[in-house]
Amino acid sequence: MENLILKEKNQSSEVILKVRGLSVELEGEKILENLSFEIKKGEILTILGPNGAGKTVLLRTLLGVLPYKGEIIWSPPQGLKIGYVPQRLPFIKDVPMNGKEFFSLKNVLENDLVKILNLLGIEKEILEKKIGELSSGQFQRLLIGWALSGNPQVLLFDEPTSGIDISGEKTIYSLLKQFQKERDLTILLVTHDLNVVYKYSSKVLCLNKRALCFGKLREILTPDLLEKVYGTEIKFYEHKH
Amino acid sequence: MGDQFLFSLITGIFIGGVAGYLGTLMLQKRMALVSDALGHLALPGMGLALLLGFDVSLGAFFFLALGILLIWFFEIKTSLPMEALVGVLFVTSLAIGFLIIPESELLHALIGDISKVSFEMTIFSVVLAIFLFFVIRNIYRGMVLTHISEDLARNEGIKIKRQNLIYLLSVAAMVALGIKIVGSLLVGALMIVPAATARNLSKTLRNYTFLASFFGIISVFFGALLFKITNFPLGPLIILVNSSLFIISIIFKK
Repeated sequence: MENLILKEKNQSSEVILKVRGLSVELEGEKILENLSFEIKKGEILTILGPNGAGKTVLLRTLLGVLPYKGEIIWSPPQGLKIGYVPQRLPFIKDVPMNGKEFFSLKNVLENDLVKILNLLGIEKEILEKKIGELSSGQFQRLLIGWALSGNPQVLLFDEPTSGIDISGEKTIYSLLKQFQKERDLTILLVTHDLNVVYKYSSKVLCLNKRALCFGKLREILTPDLLEKVYGTEIKFYEHKH
Repeated sequence: MGDQFLFSLITGIFIGGVAGYLGTLMLQKRMALVSDALGHLALPGMGLALLLGFDVSLGAFFFLALGILLIWFFEIKTSLPMEALVGVLFVTSLAIGFLIIPESELLHALIGDISKVSFEMTIFSVVLAIFLFFVIRNIYRGMVLTHISEDLARNEGIKIKRQNLIYLLSVAAMVALGIKIVGSLLVGALMIVPAATARNLSKTLRNYTFLASFFGIISVFFGALLFKITNFPLGPLIILVNSSLFIISIIFKK
């Protein structure tokens, strides 16, 4: 047991992502300004902020699909697998396609895929259905399955406004937590759900173009700060477990 | 005429099948009208071919490839939408085409002419159509994923610009092949209508691509049959069969 704890400590001290002075400008508009933070392996970082704060842009920049100034250093710099769950995919309905075919667009091992889909509660019938006919919860589970297949070390998860439940008690977050533990997955998560933040995150980054706060959850997330981030008074309560 | 009819039928069936398959990608990229315009990009090349006495498809392909490279280049350099760029090139080509194509050949260039399909060109067209099929199949999954999300595609390591260039060159080759059968005015329909019909009837990608190719093939077949009976020009007949299938598909739409 002691060994296990030691091992965990060793692993968690390894920095997987270092961001220094990150700025992103899109079509002449400054979206992110001088952002700096770092995440260790196996941590769950929640990115908080109002609409238009640059949360999605931050995730996409980290994914490497947007131009930026500053430094983004992944460790290892080459060969790190990143899974990305986008907020929505409006164009997917242009193509008649079922879930199975959606996964065939990605090179993944059949066994790995079956395991992940089972964990996410995606039944065969869902995979046979036309994607345009899935409920938003089912569709989002497909997207998470997509991101988790191929065994990524990092997951970038852009949450839509509505959360998703797998069944009454099991939420998508408890599942992600499970993945994080089992596979030492590092997760960067955008969410508006403060309960999720309290229950699952190890660190929080409050964003509104600039980083307004960064650090361990309980040390920094105060009502004062939330008001600063979201601009209005926000009521929240902390779950005690 | 008997041999030539057979050559045209064989050429047409192969071209029709691959055109339908490629059409599914064009529909997804909202290039239905762009493909019509591309047919006209071929006109100056067809004119030159007619004047100098070589195969119209070769002349057409040269001008189409040039046009498409220009569009691809403009699209990277400017933020104008593709349809605007195609629009500019298309009217220019049309104007040049009308000036250099001999008047007696103009109608054939516009709606197709099967009297000049030789044995060698049949073999060439069939081989090229098969080659195109494999090229398209090779980029197909990547094209679909890129359409759904460029972010996901890039994350899977897909080189989007390169893939797009291969796709556009395939379109150019397909248009060049298609104009021989249905002419430059109608070649867009040869690709788009079978795909649109298939889309109405499909719930899966597999069905979609299979049906689009199938409708491409049978439209040529029945078009040729009607041509034998009525002796009207083949190109318009093929397109009318296609449109009829489309209308029927609306009734059975899924």
